[in-house]
Amino acid sequence: MKHLLCSATAVAVLALAGPALANRVFVTNERSNDVTVLDGETMEVIGTYPVGNRPRGITISPDGTELYVCASDDDLVRVFDPNTMEELHTLPSGPDPELFVLHPSGNPLYIANEDDNLVTVVDVKTHRVLAEIPVGVEPEGMGVSPDGRVVINTSETTNMAHFIDTETYEITANVLVDSRPRFAQFTADGSKLYVTSEIGGTVSVIDPATQQITKKITFEIPGVLPEAIQPVAARVTSDGKKLYVALGPANRVAVIDAQTDEVIDYLLVGQRVWQMAFNPDETYLYTTNGNSNDVSIIDVARDEVVRSVQVGQQPWGVVVAPN
Amino acid sequence: MLKGLIGLLAGAVALAQPAAAQTPDPVLIRTAVLRVDDPGLPPISRLDLEPADLGFAGARLAIEDNDTTGRFMGQDFEAVEVAASPQTAAAEMGKLLDDGIEFIVLLADDATTLALADQAGDRAMVINARARGDNLRGADCRYNTIHVAPSRAMLADGLAQFLMWKNWPRWFLIHGSHPQDQAMADAYRRSAAKFGAQIVEEREYVDTGGARRTDSGHVQVQAQLPVFTQRAAQHDIVITADEADVFAAYLPYLTWDPRPVAGSAGLVPRSWHPAMEAWGGTQFQNRFERLANRPIREEDYQAWLSLRIVGEAATRTQSGDPKVLKEFILSDRFDVAGFKGQALTVRAWDHQVRQPILLTTGVLTTSVSPQDQYLHQTSQLDTLGIDGPETECQFP
Repeated sequence: MKHLLCSATAVAVLALAGPALANRVFVTNERSNDVTVLDGETMEVIGTYPVGNRPRGITISPDGTELYVCASDDDLVRVFDPNTMEELHTLPSGPDPELFVLHPSGNPLYIANEDDNLVTVVDVKTHRVLAEIPVGVEPEGMGVSPDGRVVINTSETTNMAHFIDTETYEITANVLVDSRPRFAQFTADGSKLYVTSEIGGTVSVIDPATQQITKKITFEIPGVLPEAIQPVAARVTSDGKKLYVALGPANRVAVIDAQTDEVIDYLLVGQRVWQMAFNPDETYLYTTNGNSNDVSIIDVARDEVVRSVQVGQQPWGVVVAPN
Repeated sequence: MLKGLIGLLAGAVALAQPAAAQTPDPVLIRTAVLRVDDPGLPPISRLDLEPADLGFAGARLAIEDNDTTGRFMGQDFEAVEVAASPQTAAAEMGKLLDDGIEFIVLLADDATTLALADQAGDRAMVINARARGDNLRGADCRYNTIHVAPSRAMLADGLAQFLMWKNWPRWFLIHGSHPQDQAMADAYRRSAAKFGAQIVEEREYVDTGGARRTDSGHVQVQAQLPVFTQRAAQHDIVITADEADVFAAYLPYLTWDPRPVAGSAGLVPRSWHPAMEAWGGTQFQNRFERLANRPIREEDYQAWLSLRIVGEAATRTQSGDPKVLKEFILSDRFDVAGFKGQALTVRAWDHQVRQPILLTTGVLTTSVSPQDQYLHQTSQLDTLGIDGPETECQFP
């Protein structure tokens, strides 16, 4: 901890000269209608900025110039300059945007409209809606294959992962998973797709080539009621070795060997852990904890929670600026 | 015809979306919602007047939800809506049965629900979306009926757990004079014994037919209620059992002693509330309000959940065969999500749907039971209501 703090001062000075943005952490606070910005080196709060009503999903362009926030109650996506946190413009999103995913190239943006059973595709350059794709009830999780050819949407009440062809905007397959699928995450090599089921309490491992479920990861934590184990976010390291799954009201993040898909460990974090994001070199994983209003920071090499930082009210989404 | 289609769909876990020309006709899954309206007096508060589409609106949302999923499954759902009077209920039920509908959601009182369930026999699965009677889950249970509406015992236990957590164990129980009020009072007596509360005083508020929405009503009530609650034994809270809606809503702020009110007014145990926002509830409320142009009621939630149970079974079994669906719903493999933060399942011993109970005030959810401290060897939800070992229900 100590060395972290020491190096932090050094980096803070350096940061004035170098790219100010690198490793900055952006957290949406669903109830306080703002974004808390953390310095990824010092792990301190730099500032808090209003971003519209009920901000949830958040992501950043690959070049780090545009920060996208789903302002769910404003029915649009707000775009900010991550350096100044000034609003640049808005994007049409369809009603109640909740989560979204950017094409690996940085354009377009695929948005889940939770209230309207649609996925909206928006061109982030022209700000135009390219397509609206009808999906199941309460679309939520959005994932994109590393080659950008397939977008996955999960629908929470229909309980399916919908495979959407990014060329034709057609649904090519629907995979039935356990109750309330929340999140879809491909491995970096595209060989596996993980879909979490909040009420089902499982993570389905799907072979994207055959669209078959090859395994279901289950969780068991001594002293925690099975009903409290509710998988939400999933993040996998780019070397494909470790998968982290946020378990919601179980207040734990599961560490999973992504080769065998077996659970290795459970890390105690804040209350109702929701979304997660790695920093660019994947040394740290940030989790939003909605009920304790903080962010837990996990040291990825050691699988230890090293710090928790107080943010706004009901933190929901998190993204870290690229280098 | 139906059978052939089911065969085509079976095993198709990952359904590629075929071109329109190749799409077979979807399998039709037929249901009905039968609401039996008792022509009683209007409620105490005009805010509680029943909308004409009570329950039906919830059913419509469920059909929308089921059909959205059905698009991907090759399934199409319909719900026939019937509003009957107690006199016409049996005839309407007969028509639905003759029509071959095998899933019938009932919104009716205890006695009517039991009579209609017996009428249905093995011709249809009855899904009880309104009647709370513990006898319907006990001595008078029927194998063809599942209960989506929580029982009185579940509601009372949900409130009791919270009051014990609050350390308010001394209850002053006031019940009405109607049979359903007496039944609710019985449920509170049972809960008090179960969780260690003491009913330190009991009074009956006899319905003499006055004070209901008349111009001078509030004046009379204001004079009557403090006196009615005078000189009760030392108590922490007033518990009201007034399903007939005669007096409880007037009690808050009019009790002799300054004590909170719970039960039929004040802090009310319910299956659902229009302000509930946790566990994805916001989206559910939005979808309902957009469809019905009013806030949701418990009966709508219960009708919605009833038809979602049928829809979920159809999705999971990939079948439209009522026999397959019924078997699956009653099996230990079945669960359904209902915006209550955990999977909802069906109790094998009495076919009651396990569910958390919301404790609500006029504008908010104050708490959700089961409370954390009440543990159970199989499901924490079984701390609410009649558990397996104590059930009086005996299925054939």
